[in-house]
Amino acid sequence: MSTHDHTPPGAATGPAGPPPRARTRKATGAPTGLTQGSRARGGIGESTLRPDGTLKVTGEFAYSSDMWHEDMIWGHILRSPVAHAEIVSIDVSGALAQAGVHAVMTYDDLPTDVRYYGLEIQDTPVLAHGRVRHHGEPVALVAADHPETARRAADRIRVEYRELPVVTDEASALAPGAPVLHPDRAPHGAHPNIVHRQPIVRGDVGAAARRADVVVTGEYTFGMQDQAFLGPESGLAVPGEDGGVDLFVATQWLHSDLRQIAPVLGLPAHKVRMTLAGVGGAFGGREDLSMQIHACLLALRTGKPVKIVYNRFESFFGHVHRHPAKLRFEHGATRDGKLTHMKCRIVLDGGAYASASPAVVGNASSLSVGPYVVDHVDIEALALYTNNPPCGAMRGFGAVQACFGYEAQMDRLAAELGMDPVEFRQRNAMEQGSLMPTGQRVDAPAPVAELLRRVQARPMPPERQWETTEGADVRQLPGGLSNTTHGEGVVRGVGYAVGMKNVGFSEGFDDYSTARVRMEVSGGEPVATVHTAMAEVGQGGVTVHAQIARTELGISRVTIQPADTGVGSAGSTSASRQTYVTGGAVRNACREVREQVLRMGRRKFGTYHRAWATAKLLLEGGKVVTDAGEALADLADVLGDEAVEAELEWRHRPTRPFDPHTGQGDGHVQYAFAAHRAVVEVDTELGLVKVVELACAQDVGKAMNPLSVVGQIQGGSVQGLGMAVMEEIVVDPVTAQVRNPSFTDYLIPTILDTPPLPVDVLELADPHAPYGLRGAGEAPTLSSTPAVLAAVRDATGLDLTHTPVRPEHLVAAALAAAPGRTARN
Amino acid sequence: MDFLRPASWEDALAAKAEHPAAVPIAGGTDVMVEINFGHRRPEHLLDLGRIEELATWETDRDTVRLGAGVPYTKIMESLRAELPGLALASHTVASPQIRNRGGVGGNLGTASPAGDAHPALLAAGAEVEAESVRGSRLIPIDAFYTGVKRNALAPDELIRAVRIRKARGPQQFSKVGTRNAMVIAVCAFAIALYPAERRVRTGIGSAAPTPVRAEEAEAFLAAALDEERLWDSGARIAPSLAEKFAGLCAAACDPIDDVRGTADYRRHAVGVMARRTLTWTWEAYRAAPAADRREGGAV
Repeated sequence: MSTHDHTPPGAATGPAGPPPRARTRKATGAPTGLTQGSRARGGIGESTLRPDGTLKVTGEFAYSSDMWHEDMIWGHILRSPVAHAEIVSIDVSGALAQAGVHAVMTYDDLPTDVRYYGLEIQDTPVLAHGRVRHHGEPVALVAADHPETARRAADRIRVEYRELPVVTDEASALAPGAPVLHPDRAPHGAHPNIVHRQPIVRGDVGAAARRADVVVTGEYTFGMQDQAFLGPESGLAVPGEDGGVDLFVATQWLHSDLRQIAPVLGLPAHKVRMTLAGVGGAFGGREDLSMQIHACLLALRTGKPVKIVYNRFESFFGHVHRHPAKLRFEHGATRDGKLTHMKCRIVLDGGAYASASPAVVGNASSLSVGPYVVDHVDIEALALYTNNPPCGAMRGFGAVQACFGYEAQMDRLAAELGMDPVEFRQRNAMEQGSLMPTGQRVDAPAPVAELLRRVQARPMPPERQWETTEGADVRQLPGGLSNTTHGEGVVRGVGYAVGMKNVGFSEGFDDYSTARVRMEVSGGEPVATVHTAMAEVGQGGVTVHAQIARTELGISRVTIQPADTGVGSAGSTSASRQTYVTGGAVRNACREVREQVLRMGRRKFGTYHRAWATAKLLLEGGKVVTDAGEALADLADVLGDEAVEAELEWRHRPTRPFDPHTGQGDGHVQYAFAAHRAVVEVDTELGLVKVVELACAQDVGKAMNPLSVVGQIQGGSVQGLGMAVMEEIVVDPVTAQVRNPSFTDYLIPTILDTPPLPVDVLELADPHAPYGLRGAGEAPTLSSTPAVLAAVRDATGLDLTHTPVRPEHLVAAALAAAPGRTARN
Repeated sequence: MDFLRPASWEDALAAKAEHPAAVPIAGGTDVMVEINFGHRRPEHLLDLGRIEELATWETDRDTVRLGAGVPYTKIMESLRAELPGLALASHTVASPQIRNRGGVGGNLGTASPAGDAHPALLAAGAEVEAESVRGSRLIPIDAFYTGVKRNALAPDELIRAVRIRKARGPQQFSKVGTRNAMVIAVCAFAIALYPAERRVRTGIGSAAPTPVRAEEAEAFLAAALDEERLWDSGARIAPSLAEKFAGLCAAACDPIDDVRGTADYRRHAVGVMARRTLTWTWEAYRAAPAADRREGGAV
């Protein structure tokens, strides 16, 4: 067990620490450098503790919503109450007349001709322009000296809407005469309301289908999941004396934000200085912009620092959600349990704006076979424009929806063949060397069968755990403390699932990270400083980067500088990529520093000892040592009062786009695999579910920080559990309005819904990745949902095709048979 | 918005008389949510937090006088024997933090059909002690809920306490939510047996515009138990009898479809909970020594 210094934000951070007060001027609450020292080595493979962990659990961590600045005013966004309407007029005079209001802005007040933004397609208006396309779309901005004043002023803006018919699904979006959401966009597919479409064809499905002994078709629907991060969108924009702006914000990718913000403001990129503020979770929901441009616009307009903080209600409208999906699959297999072919069609609802829909489509199609070998496929995935809330990135990113479908199909096939569902999966499991439906060869370990074996081999949790000598412990039962059963109607079920997720950005994207590493002496001790623009959103990059620096540089004191745009892009904290890509950049920058230090040592001390010239030299324990273990010099003496610094970019192997017609191409760089076994107990009379145990086995290549890896796997598993039994944004099918934008009615699992989560971590090195590591954050989110659903199907015998499963789905037969169903008594 | 902070109960009554539209706030479970969401912007908030007697309770031989602000945690910890149904209901309220703050007075003041305390108060036959500068009165719980989020309080009245007779027989409470803790009721059900009076009372939550009793079901069950001399024999209740009772409880519902559940599901679930809770209370009654049963003591 290593020990650590936990330096709270605001405390001095050592000589190489950033000058946060100067940088943020009078702003407080922006994160400062996090110094980590360790008596033990604290290098890679150790479970070093998060520097911000104690602060977070004691409520002292400064989140982006905690920031404050002298003379600060508050921004507020007026949003559309309807899903689709023409804006006939906007009258802001009532708001402007209110005391305490500093500015009101609409589309017409935008400073430049760049008035749209977007991650991949610039289709999202900064403020609505003549038309709103979804419930909650931003229409106008208010800045006032108090948030309540801003809200009240927003209520006094008169917007006349002329409502338009809504499109909410494939049938209505593609119907003849359907309203076209983005008429100016060049058609991309058969209909302008299709955002993106990706077919994949390989082999001869028709011929293969004729060889199948059994063919199983299934249709599945996947609800709209929210990232439900705990820290709502928030940030602080401070106008600079040079006409620029300093923006402190919780985001996932500073440079992507910057690329979208600066043109709208009419500023060169270097005049928009961004610093990461304390992030309260992300899960994909911070990949798109939320309040960034709005705060900057108001700050530049008023000349005052502007803070914007969404409340939970607004947060549900302030970020994209996971795409709901309709999935149709046909699988065939021979009598001996080998898959013959697969056909599928996946329709994703992208909502009103594109966001990350094209990339989500690419994942859904290319990963729709799952971790199985199927030589003959005919796949189509597409995303629609509708008037539903915009959907985009969320942990698992297209692979989650596909996994829910193909894993249900695997169980149906196994049942049809009378085979054990795990054995059936193992017979078709991909392995190293297998071909993807895209024609790409899997060139790293793919231990799919082994992961399944491990979760299946675990001992089962004991039956009837609720029975105690004093009676039933309701916490162990479906319904929990609500006291709905003492064992009546409770049936156990077991389900398995396995999934695969691509790691890193795919389809030819130039996916790189930048790292700057510096070494110098402080207090007689060598200290390394790592500076990247990596957004720490809870994934543990701050820990891992320090571990890499300790391992590569052989020193114990490492300072992680705050992430900002003063250094090059670190890419997105998403796609399970940060440890891989920014970790790779930090590793290489450290190695460059090491070479420079050794050169410096040879210059200074080479004449004193032959080994400087002849031996292989290492940095270890703050010294230069030979590979035979002989110490040649203290790093402090080598460095003296000089600092050594290296900054470089690092890229993973390039990928290629998928062919638009055949889907062929080496589109992905790495795959992550996880398998789950879920054990559930279902109250079959009330339709309530208790997940009793959710076991996971995952290959991570190299557990850089085993504690963090297990935390990621457990967190991802629970997020998938939530999707299985409770999490769904309900959108009214007639009005396209969100019906449950609150944590009162959008439920996420509590600790009493969270079962024991045993985790089995494999470390089969990927020879292409730094340290052999494999991105770990998303894979556990894939298979937990289908595993829980499989277990509920096993318990109830029901053919459940929608997730999340709701009580009324589980007691549908009783409801259909009930008297007085239609007429009230 | 003015924040009134009376230091005494008398001052609070005077403030409420002066500002009848003032919204009382104690734990803030409902009021703060409404304010934070902008659903409500009262001219005056009347903070009852400084009035110590609201957070206390008194008991005499038969009755608990439960201060309107006694937090649910206290009910769970200290009044389990006297008020078992309400203690079970208290367990299902929100999170530990909110149970440390919220009390029954707030549930009654809001009078939401989803309030967790209501079914237990209905089954226990509670009385609401309402007071104003004009005087004090007891409102029977059966007459308290007058509509969706409406109650029988006059504009100048505050809830001082709830008077609840100590349990004289087994009580149960059960609530359906789509999460195993910290969840608003999809529907809820409470039952109390009164062996000495050979009566049964019920309460249903979230399955009608107001919390309601299943009076027809109560009458049917009381008659059936008498007819079959089950109070005396302590024999098991036949499944058919429990099923009939459950059906009548379901029929007492007048639910709606909403984002939390369908009307059909609510009616069905109330029936299941009625059958199960009747079985649990009856088994507890049967398990008690015969002498206790005859005297109708707490079981």
